[in-house]
Amino acid sequence: MFDFLDSGQYDVLGAFWVTVQLTLYSAVGSLIWGTILAGMRVSPVPLLRSFGTAYVNLVRNTPLTLLIIGCSLGLSQTLGISLGGDTFKETGFRLAVLGLIAYTGTFVCEALRSGINTVPVGQAEAARALGLSFFQVLTLIVLPQAFRAVIAPLANVLIALTKNTTVAATIGVAEAALLMKEMLENEAQATFAVFAVFALGFVLLTLPTGLLLGWVAKRVAVKR
Amino acid sequence: MKISKAAAAAAVAVALALTATACGGSTEKASDTGATGGSKEKLVVGIKYDQPGLGLKTPDGKYTGFDVDVATYVAKELGYEPNQIEFKQAVSAERENLIANGDVKFVVATYSINDKRKEKVDFAGPYFLAHQDLLVRADDTSITKAEDLNKKKLCSVTGSTSAQNVKTKLAPEADLLEQGGYSECLTGLENKAVDALTTDNSILAGYAAQEKNKGKFKLVGLSLSNENYGIGLKKGDKELQTKINAALKKMVEDGSWQKAVDKNLGPANFKSEPAPQITEGS
Repeated sequence: MFDFLDSGQYDVLGAFWVTVQLTLYSAVGSLIWGTILAGMRVSPVPLLRSFGTAYVNLVRNTPLTLLIIGCSLGLSQTLGISLGGDTFKETGFRLAVLGLIAYTGTFVCEALRSGINTVPVGQAEAARALGLSFFQVLTLIVLPQAFRAVIAPLANVLIALTKNTTVAATIGVAEAALLMKEMLENEAQATFAVFAVFALGFVLLTLPTGLLLGWVAKRVAVKR
Repeated sequence: MKISKAAAAAAVAVALALTATACGGSTEKASDTGATGGSKEKLVVGIKYDQPGLGLKTPDGKYTGFDVDVATYVAKELGYEPNQIEFKQAVSAERENLIANGDVKFVVATYSINDKRKEKVDFAGPYFLAHQDLLVRADDTSITKAEDLNKKKLCSVTGSTSAQNVKTKLAPEADLLEQGGYSECLTGLENKAVDALTTDNSILAGYAAQEKNKGKFKLVGLSLSNENYGIGLKKGDKELQTKINAALKKMVEDGSWQKAVDKNLGPANFKSEPAPQITEGS
């Protein structure tokens, strides 16, 4: 049943390592980009506000596959932007991370905005009364409390991101889904076993993530 | 009469589950009997929908290509008129299951015969011998042999046998871009982002023969592998296998085979191999 794994022909762990790398880079990037977007959307500057709103509504409602293929076909193959990668392997990885950050950032932003709504208005007013600028109010008072409230929703975003990395296979990033395609091509006699291996792999990645972050969320939530 | 909310919810869930499973199976299974001819029954055949020159569903709902012509000819020999054939999309990964589950009677979809596949399905044929080859820009003369590839940028389809051949055998040093479909590769080829697109020459010829690509690309003409296309059918169905083999033989003998090749793959200066000898089921 699972003897195709013993042939040594397939580097399943290596492929999942690429998936993990894609996830980590994109997670860090989208956390930063999402925070910036959230800051824009609550800022007093109308131009920033409207840019943030337009960007989030546009990108959030675009299928990820379109974004990633757009990165590859549009940026790389038509405009020749390689993001400093020498080979297609490096370029593809970077383009995939770029696409994933652009997409996941919108979800992080929306989660954070709901977190900002949990912070009582009095906190921001008190901070303003002390003479802090908008930027200081946001970074010192509001965002730290907002983050603590949205660990659980952010965990959902992270789990979705982990699974979304499979879309990178469409532009040839050698992660788990691409290896699965190769195995399906070669191992016609064991399609369901192949599926089972990869489904299990993703569960092993996402289940602990969810449990751990759920526990963290309980620990750090602001008791009001 | 008071029904608790939980019971109602459970009932809804059960009803939903039942309807979901009811929708799962296709209502029209491919018939299990052999050809009876003349009756109203349909013959379901799996083909590719996205390979110009081989199996393509056109925007107006017609089907064109060499595989489609072969399927139609075989169906005729089995006693089915063209209007009795129902084409079903058979993407590469699903071909074995479509056959094993009886969703299709047989599959004609650039289906290379190999031993692993024979564990799950039987083949009739082969009806076509293809080779892995390269498609380059029409003015490019820098690639003449497989060794030239190691310094080149190549493009192929994610996970395909051709892509794996490049990585493991042909040119491990080559910079290989794997894309979701051949059309994406053509974009890169046209913009000089890649130097060559590699897969079976039949598929390449189909793309090069397309109206919009005329004169832009050419086949290099290397034979990097042998791909014997067969017609996939249910394992152990010797009767159908024999019938299809006979139909293929007849198709070659009466010249329809060559006509179909010329019509679908000819425009790209594609020199096809002569029809292969039937090897399966003998």
